[in-house]
Amino acid sequence: MLEQSYYDKADEIIGQHGTAQRFLIPIIQDIQSEYRYLPPELLSYVAGCLGINEAKAYSVATFYENFSFEAKGKYVIRVCDGTACHVRKSTAIINQIYAETGLSKDKHTTDDMLFTLETVSCLGACGLAPVLTVNDVVHPAMTPEKVHELFEELKGAENQ
Amino acid sequence: MRLENREALEERRREAKETMKRPSHRILVCAGTGCLAGGSAEIYDRFLELAAKEEGVEVEFGEEIAHLSTPHGADANSFRTGVKRSGCHGFCEMGPLVRIEPSNYLYVKVKAEDCEEIFEETIKNDRPVERLLYEADGVKYDTQEKIPFYEKQTRLVLKNCGHIDAENIDEYIAVGGYTALEKALFDMTPEEVVNEISESDLRGRGGGGFRTGYKWQQVARQKSEEKYVVCNGDEGDPGAFMDRSVMEGDPHKMLEGMMLAGYAVGASEGYIYVRAEYPLAINRLKTAIAQATKAGLLGEHILGTDFSFQIHINRGAGAFVCGEGSALTASIEGERGMPRTKPPRTVEQGLFAKPTVLNNVETYANVPMILNEGAAWYRSIGTEGSPGTKAFALTGSVKHTGLIEVPMGTTLRKIVYDIGGGVKNDVPFKAVQIGGPSGGCLVTSNLEVKLDFDSLKKLNAMIGSGGLVVMDENTCMVEVARFFMNFTQNESCGKCVPCREGTKRMLDILEDIVAGKGTMESLKTLEELGEAITNTALCGLGKSAALPVLSTLRNFREEYIEHVVEKRCKTGTCQALQQYKILPEKCKGCSKCARNCPVNAIDGKVKEPFIINQKACIKCGTCLDNCPFGAIVKES
Repeated sequence: MLEQSYYDKADEIIGQHGTAQRFLIPIIQDIQSEYRYLPPELLSYVAGCLGINEAKAYSVATFYENFSFEAKGKYVIRVCDGTACHVRKSTAIINQIYAETGLSKDKHTTDDMLFTLETVSCLGACGLAPVLTVNDVVHPAMTPEKVHELFEELKGAENQ
Repeated sequence: MRLENREALEERRREAKETMKRPSHRILVCAGTGCLAGGSAEIYDRFLELAAKEEGVEVEFGEEIAHLSTPHGADANSFRTGVKRSGCHGFCEMGPLVRIEPSNYLYVKVKAEDCEEIFEETIKNDRPVERLLYEADGVKYDTQEKIPFYEKQTRLVLKNCGHIDAENIDEYIAVGGYTALEKALFDMTPEEVVNEISESDLRGRGGGGFRTGYKWQQVARQKSEEKYVVCNGDEGDPGAFMDRSVMEGDPHKMLEGMMLAGYAVGASEGYIYVRAEYPLAINRLKTAIAQATKAGLLGEHILGTDFSFQIHINRGAGAFVCGEGSALTASIEGERGMPRTKPPRTVEQGLFAKPTVLNNVETYANVPMILNEGAAWYRSIGTEGSPGTKAFALTGSVKHTGLIEVPMGTTLRKIVYDIGGGVKNDVPFKAVQIGGPSGGCLVTSNLEVKLDFDSLKKLNAMIGSGGLVVMDENTCMVEVARFFMNFTQNESCGKCVPCREGTKRMLDILEDIVAGKGTMESLKTLEELGEAITNTALCGLGKSAALPVLSTLRNFREEYIEHVVEKRCKTGTCQALQQYKILPEKCKGCSKCARNCPVNAIDGKVKEPFIINQKACIKCGTCLDNCPFGAIVKES
């Protein structure tokens, strides 16, 4: 069971949108941006408030890639592996991040909840390929060396 | 202030023009996603400080709007400055870009520490800062208009991008914005608007090239109280960002296009579906909608007429298939974004099962100028079957990447060589991948092909949303095909069997090929599967999923054969097909490689050349990294 504050927050977000089914996606998007993930309990709760059954809400939430039932790290790193970035060697960027964080294809978040790594198909910044974002801030024209510097900086900021 | 009638809008336009004219200098700092990443927010702040301090120079200041992406959003209101945050100039690789008006000097790769010099030289003394000008082949270009990248383009849809403040409705009004809406509401009937669009022969810019006028006509004909106008801003094709730039750089143009569609077909509500990956575009659109609503250009009784129109924004949630019409409307309704069988078509039963006009961002952005300049003018641009211009995102191995706009029918050679400046690092040109994961590739022999809907169809390629990814001799086409198949396979919604199962099988085969396990039989199976999926899949995503594979198989068959027969990838891209070798003449026999090899694949006697057992080698590259004498090489 989640703390009451979570349900209050959900009520507040539902209040901003409304209780029609078409608001399901915007509501759970807002919940996810609040907590950096979608607590399953809140999905059930929202389904109840909107008068749709849990199975339906679950089917919608699992269909879209952006929703995560698992908590994400403090820094969400999204590496673009779109065509332009791929052609300009984004694979080397991803491998460097694996090396920096100990993450892998099957492990997306570090145990200390600091870093989450996701790959996305295109960030629409193809002119700057290869790119990655850290919590939505774009880092252009990356190289494995620049990835290393970036992590030194992020880890340094944490240690202070 | 709410505009109650036509005269009020015209008055506001007069005032806006005055305000725009008054400052002696305007500094436009590109605030597109690309330049922001390069630090343009900092540059913007620096110019604000400089402009605030300077009294000797006559710089007139316009009101700024607080904006999320500048750290000093709240403070920005207190400044009165001629510094503007413009939308994307398109020359993303050269960013951050700064343009100074009226001299039109364009500075590239500007850093915050350059601001002082720019201010001193250009603003005060009207001289260019030579070292920040764009330079190519020994020639310096002082103004934006002279740079080949821009000079060879025809910018109509992107005309305002980079030239006006994307967050100030008055700048859009001053350059003639909302005149088309005004003209339609007061001088034209809805039928006349539909007819004008039909006559212009505008075709949908989202990929299919469906005739927009015909679509509108069909929706207008439906007898329904409720109708909807939907804008597809779910630009999911990897390698495409035209729509992002329009939404970020000139959001009002697109809104005006949607309003005109609403008026033409009798709809009073519009929805914009934007990818979640485009946060800046979402913010700019929200600002634009709020400003238009405040000005009475959106809402009830627009400009005092009987026409009412509202626009909502829906954020995508990360599903490529939502770019398909019926999946997109399902997603707005709060359902899983899966396509459905047609008929009924979207024009009959679209969003909330009501008649719906569904066009993409660029299509709507074409509409205002067609009404302003007339259908005949529009048809004079481009080719007979595909009038107008098309924006492309030019990326990959090309010297100048960025956003370009050219008349339909421009040759591929002109785009890659004249505008793009040729292949990066002067490596030979190999192919252009057009239309993203649903498109095909164009090769050297296609360089003279005119890019328009019909000529590309003949080549089994399509314009798609307009991504052009240039590939050079170092790109492995088999790997590219695998890459696209991996993408579509991931994005397949799973509703129909051909796409769900077929793309999975095709991906398996392609993965085998790049891993050196393919046979000639694999190529035949790929072709069979590809054809079957193309003929039987439910929606556009599935129907086009096999195209990149079929197209590369047709154009680069010898490369596939090299992979499956010789087990060789000459570009060195496919890891598994590479061999590590020890050069006996360089090897000193130190045994370091053998000691570091994780699978004990290296043998030899100390002080004699070592040998790699190719069967046991897992191609990890550890030996190469560790050899102190550079005696190990990678061969493909």
